[in-house]
Amino acid sequence: MPEVLSAPLVVEFPFTRSLGPVQSAFLTGLRERVVLGVRTTDGRTLVPPVEYDPVTAEEIRDLVEVAPTGTVTTWAWNHAPRRGQPLTTPFAWVLVRLDGADTALLHALDAPGPDAVRTGMRVRVRWAAERTGAITDIACFEPYEGEAVAPGGHSGAFADPLTGIVAPARLDYTYSPGRAQSAYIHALSERRTVGERCPSCRKVYVPPRGACPTCGVATAEQVEVGPRGTVTTFCIVNIKAAHTANLDIEVPYVYAHIALDGADLALHARIGGIPYDQVRMGLRVEPVWTEGARYPDHYRPTGEPDADYETYKELL
Amino acid sequence: MTSEEAPGPRDIAVVAFAQTDHRRSTAESSEVEMVMPVLHDVLAQTGLRTADIGFTCSGSSDYLAGRAFSFTLALDGVGAWPPISESHVEMDGAWALYEAWTKLLTGDADTALVYSYGKCSPGLVRDVLTRQLDPYYVAPLWPDAVALAALQAQALMDAGLTDERALAAVGARSRADATANPHAQLKGRIPQGDHVVRPLRTGDCPPIGDGAAAVILAAGERARRLCARPAWIRGVDHRIEAHALGVRDLTDSPSTRLAAERAGAFERPVDTAELHAPFSSQEVVLRRALRLDDSVCVNPSGGALAANPVMAAGLIRIGEAAARIHRGASDRALAHATSGPCLQQNLVAVLEGDPR
Ligand SMILES: [Zn+2]
Repeated sequence: MPEVLSAPLVVEFPFTRSLGPVQSAFLTGLRERVVLGVRTTDGRTLVPPVEYDPVTAEEIRDLVEVAPTGTVTTWAWNHAPRRGQPLTTPFAWVLVRLDGADTALLHALDAPGPDAVRTGMRVRVRWAAERTGAITDIACFEPYEGEAVAPGGHSGAFADPLTGIVAPARLDYTYSPGRAQSAYIHALSERRTVGERCPSCRKVYVPPRGACPTCGVATAEQVEVGPRGTVTTFCIVNIKAAHTANLDIEVPYVYAHIALDGADLALHARIGGIPYDQVRMGLRVEPVWTEGARYPDHYRPTGEPDADYETYKELL
Repeated sequence: MTSEEAPGPRDIAVVAFAQTDHRRSTAESSEVEMVMPVLHDVLAQTGLRTADIGFTCSGSSDYLAGRAFSFTLALDGVGAWPPISESHVEMDGAWALYEAWTKLLTGDADTALVYSYGKCSPGLVRDVLTRQLDPYYVAPLWPDAVALAALQAQALMDAGLTDERALAAVGARSRADATANPHAQLKGRIPQGDHVVRPLRTGDCPPIGDGAAAVILAAGERARRLCARPAWIRGVDHRIEAHALGVRDLTDSPSTRLAAERAGAFERPVDTAELHAPFSSQEVVLRRALRLDDSVCVNPSGGALAANPVMAAGLIRIGEAAARIHRGASDRALAHATSGPCLQQNLVAVLEGDPR
């Protein structure tokens, strides 16, 4: 069995969210060094604020400023910070109940070591030097032995409130396609196409994924298919691809389902080497490889007579 | 009372359960290659074929796979021809079982296949799980799953409800019990290790691993024909807490208690409890919420501290509880599943065998 392949896979996206009036006020407030909570009808102050009372589900909008000082309600010492976390040096995760609030905010506490942290300790906000209206505008908390700082009585109304945030996210994976797909990719590197035959219905699947989707049984018998095949159906693409890998492809062009000889499932690929308006069902095609490519660049006519409809109608 | 009183709900049972051996990595298998053997196993236990199954429901997460709609490829392992009635939850398979159970309660189907799987090995599961947090106030700080559990553990310690030694004992008992579980990933004597995020040590945390599980549900007489001693589901309920961690009392789990009450767990004592507590400190919270005393056998399988394939570990709790009833080791068992940080969402199922 050939080696199972693996490759890095990065999923990265700018997570773009709109803000309601309460979250907008809170995050805009952080930008202006003001911490806002929201008051419930029974008089509790929630920090960070939410739009609906977590107990009654009642809509709440009554913003109230709280102090930048507070008390640690629980903590955990993080000796090995991970990517994206607030501090790059060892720190404590803390829930902090700010003075004037009845609930606690999660953040990081900059402290020299776990012995310097305890539940009940007093802390204050350390503001980020550059603030954009995000929870990270609080750089972290720091120990604070002084007097409680009185809040300023801000109403929560700002001249230029934020309406949305962009929270970048990135996750790293090592993708492994498993045995069947590894074998398929290995074969492609030798410019061969292999499928797998179902032991039950005898159909040959390409690309193989290790299971017959019809019978739900494992497939193992490798079968080389192609390289030639038959166009079973196609469409004419009139919009130029936006992806950089496809910028050189002129429109219109044809994208087709191709039943490789010996396969019971059609692959899809671009058709070249023939004017787009002459491509037809039954056209016989073969792959065109470009130097260094990991899969055929496109398929072109072989010049053979067209395949009889009866030979591929099951594969449409 | 009138004569038009609705008839009671149908009796529905877990009639078969299968799981993979849980391992740190299964790079040689695609998801469908990992799932297919357990599907074949539960079908073989009952003699059913895919075409006999009334409803199929699965649980998994695209964020573990790093690919959109990853569950559709795993569905290849079911054999979806002729066409099947199918659904998916982006949750632990315990919630897929809940959906299947309600489907069977309506009478729309008599049998259901429920499966779930998680491959944690391709990504960094501690980071991956941060993406389920509040995207405005919490996720941008990237607090990982161990960090959040550690905050809960410290709150428990501050409240005098546990200490490091008691937590270590939970881990040690779980891994010792897991020696009788051929599927467990971490078993035997495991050093308690260093702090991962203090106060939690390696031994307080679940292993990271890949695995899958499947169960078959059947209604009424159908269940009796498929299984010598069906594990009747007497109730299932699931509840969620406020999503802001700072609003909650982390030392308690009112959602678990309420789910247990609505599932009928407190009507009579249970002899077994399979608790989905990935961290030792969470077992302390759950025991208190569920009022479990030492007469109850807790996590004889080793629980999530012995194997924690994310998205399957909750379904495995239901499967393990059911399997104990199948083999006569339990008469009335509680199974619990959790999802989200610090026991945010909780599902409780109560299972019973016929009187002996
Ligand atoms: Zn087949």
